[in-house]
Amino acid sequence: MALALSEPGCPSGLAPAQERETQRADPAAFVRRDASGHDTLELMVQGAKCAGCIRKIESGLLALPGVTDARLNLSTSRLCVAWSPGALPPSAIIDALTRMGYGAAAFDPAAAIRRVDEEGRKLLRYLAVAGFAAMNIMMFSVPVWSGDGEMGEGTRTLLHWISALIAIPAALYAAQPFFRSAWKALRARRANMDVPISLAVFLTLGISIAETLQQGEHAYFDGITMLLFFLLIGRYLDHRLREQARTAARDLLALQSVTASRIEPDGRVVAIGAGEIGAGDRLILAAGDRAPVDGVVVEGVSDLDRSMLTGETIPQAVRVGDPIHAGVINLSQRLIVRATARAQDSSVAELARLIEAGEQGRARFVRLAEKAAALYVPVVHSLALATFLGWMFGPSLLRIAGFDFADVGLRVALMNAVAVLIITCPCALGLAVPAVQVVATGRLFKRGVLVKSGDALERLAQVDVAVFDKTGTLTLGKPRLVSTVDPAVLQAAASLARVSRHPLSRALVEAAGPGAAVKDARERPGEGIEAGRMRLGRRSFAAPACDDAADGAAELWFSNGEAPPVRFAFVDTLRVDAKPAVAALRARGIAVELISGDRPIAVEAAAREAGIEHWSGGASPSDKTARLAALRAEGKKPLMIGDGLNDAAALAAAYASASPGTALEASQAASDIVLQGANLMPLVEAIDVAKMARARALENLRFSALYNVVAAPLAAAGFLTPLIAALAMSGSSLVVTLNALRLQLRWSRT
Amino acid sequence: MNVMIVLIPIALFMAAVGLAAFFWSLRSGQYEDLEGAAHRVLIPDDDDVPS
Repeated sequence: MALALSEPGCPSGLAPAQERETQRADPAAFVRRDASGHDTLELMVQGAKCAGCIRKIESGLLALPGVTDARLNLSTSRLCVAWSPGALPPSAIIDALTRMGYGAAAFDPAAAIRRVDEEGRKLLRYLAVAGFAAMNIMMFSVPVWSGDGEMGEGTRTLLHWISALIAIPAALYAAQPFFRSAWKALRARRANMDVPISLAVFLTLGISIAETLQQGEHAYFDGITMLLFFLLIGRYLDHRLREQARTAARDLLALQSVTASRIEPDGRVVAIGAGEIGAGDRLILAAGDRAPVDGVVVEGVSDLDRSMLTGETIPQAVRVGDPIHAGVINLSQRLIVRATARAQDSSVAELARLIEAGEQGRARFVRLAEKAAALYVPVVHSLALATFLGWMFGPSLLRIAGFDFADVGLRVALMNAVAVLIITCPCALGLAVPAVQVVATGRLFKRGVLVKSGDALERLAQVDVAVFDKTGTLTLGKPRLVSTVDPAVLQAAASLARVSRHPLSRALVEAAGPGAAVKDARERPGEGIEAGRMRLGRRSFAAPACDDAADGAAELWFSNGEAPPVRFAFVDTLRVDAKPAVAALRARGIAVELISGDRPIAVEAAAREAGIEHWSGGASPSDKTARLAALRAEGKKPLMIGDGLNDAAALAAAYASASPGTALEASQAASDIVLQGANLMPLVEAIDVAKMARARALENLRFSALYNVVAAPLAAAGFLTPLIAALAMSGSSLVVTLNALRLQLRWSRT
Repeated sequence: MNVMIVLIPIALFMAAVGLAAFFWSLRSGQYEDLEGAAHRVLIPDDDDVPS
């Protein structure tokens, strides 16, 4: 154990040691002072998996001078650290975690407000009360059922009264979520599943009290509390699913939140959160930083990576006076930028309008459970009404027809109508879909696929076309050298390239392997690198005499004195499993398309390598949206996979959408599922699971329907007793839940 | 049957204690990190001196 604890990463080997990541956000901006006067910081920890990790991280941090508290929440991977003010710089905490082999990033508390899940707690409280009532009433109901014939009327009525004393307050309390939802629906002149539930609660309580008052035999106090118990389980599962997805999505975005270095009027530089930037602030944008807001360059010359905005892989040079858009990454030199807009007003926000327009189309999607409810409500209501009318007026009608029938009276007619409402109450229906979705999203979550809502799974199961974006989605957005050149020339060029952060230079260095950088190299932003007689960079800079190769590939030219200049061509690297993922999608009958804002020639190369036949390049954001609209007009159900801002509108317009974890905030917000990690295969897995989940949900709904078809006529005919109702309800709920768990079984076998 | 007068309140009282205990555990945040709680059992306390 001691040995394992001294090695970096998870001591159980459940997760590899995390590599040092360049943490862009300065944690100092996120430190908060708590009530007891300590400075606190919340961090997201990557790679913590087991008890050893908890111990290592907590004891390792408590050993730092001044740290008073460190607590890791393993379920959410959040770490809360408190220390005496001024005892250590916040960055020391991240350094310590990095030394231990864990990835760490500070949270922007504003972006990841630790909201206690009030709604969930309330539901749990209702659930506990309903469960308490159901079990205790059962304690009185079982003797009544089993003592049939032997138990005196007085004892039975006493037990009924005790049941009533528990059931009435408990049911009125625990049924509140149903009452509220039913009331809201009724006021909007609609009927949802909660209307028959609320009606059943009131009618059953009323009729059972009336029975008890008349010292009758049947009271449904046990039935109604058990019904609420099962329904609340379904409600709680549904709620937890949404809450979990929402929290996970928020955490993911909070990790991306950037800080900025603002130059104060007195010349000091302070770290602030992106949300605090005002128009007119002067900000330092170091090489490697992402611009948090729109602005104008006031000092410096550099190159910008705009691939997140446009899909374009070739960097763009900027000088003083050029505008900068939020989301671009500064590549080579330090820039000083004057902000022209606040973060929430920056060009990112302008896309929100497009996204909203797309999402309106998606709001029309009707969930399976809603479809079932739309069928169910009128049928059940008319059946209950027919039962009541039948028992009430049936006998007299039969007498008119000449048969000899005695009236059964209002009491029996009402009892039977209520029995129909109770037995058809959607316990199984309410559990049918949430139970399946909780199992499915739980498993996907463990595989690094974040499903943002239950209906996302339902939509994902039905897609028949997959439309990929190229840069950053199908590819890593990282260029790779493809030209074959003399190794000596490559080494010479790499010695220049080592001084630059330009993506092409880095790709060249990667191809050349380790080596020394040339001493007196000078980088000229937007042009290239120069050292002595050697030049590496644009054609116009390094080899003005040579002709354009005209193949459109990203390129670097290298010249060394009189020797003929050499050209290095680069292509964007595909994700490792892009090709198998495309093939796997095809094998499932899903057509694959590629649509990108990059130059057609680069798009074609990527399409050919990934095995995609349909592709188009140079597409603007509205071209992408138009393509998706065209697919939907053809009756197809397209799945859009993209990461950039230029994809956000298309993601919102698609039938279902996915984005990698590296995608920008706006794109993730518009996506149904987010894939963490560098691979595309989890997407295929997500589609498989979604299909299985849909099959299970449909089975459950069919079973619930079958159950009602058998049980409802029995109840209408007056054969139902409280005992049968209790058995039928718990039995059907159990079947539905077990069927949902089958999803997990089937999966672990494959 | 007179024994029921005693037994029923006892049974209900015990159930009510269980319910109250659940509410307490809910309020004191014991459901916030179920996974971590499962693992923390395995961590030895530092002040446990092995004999």
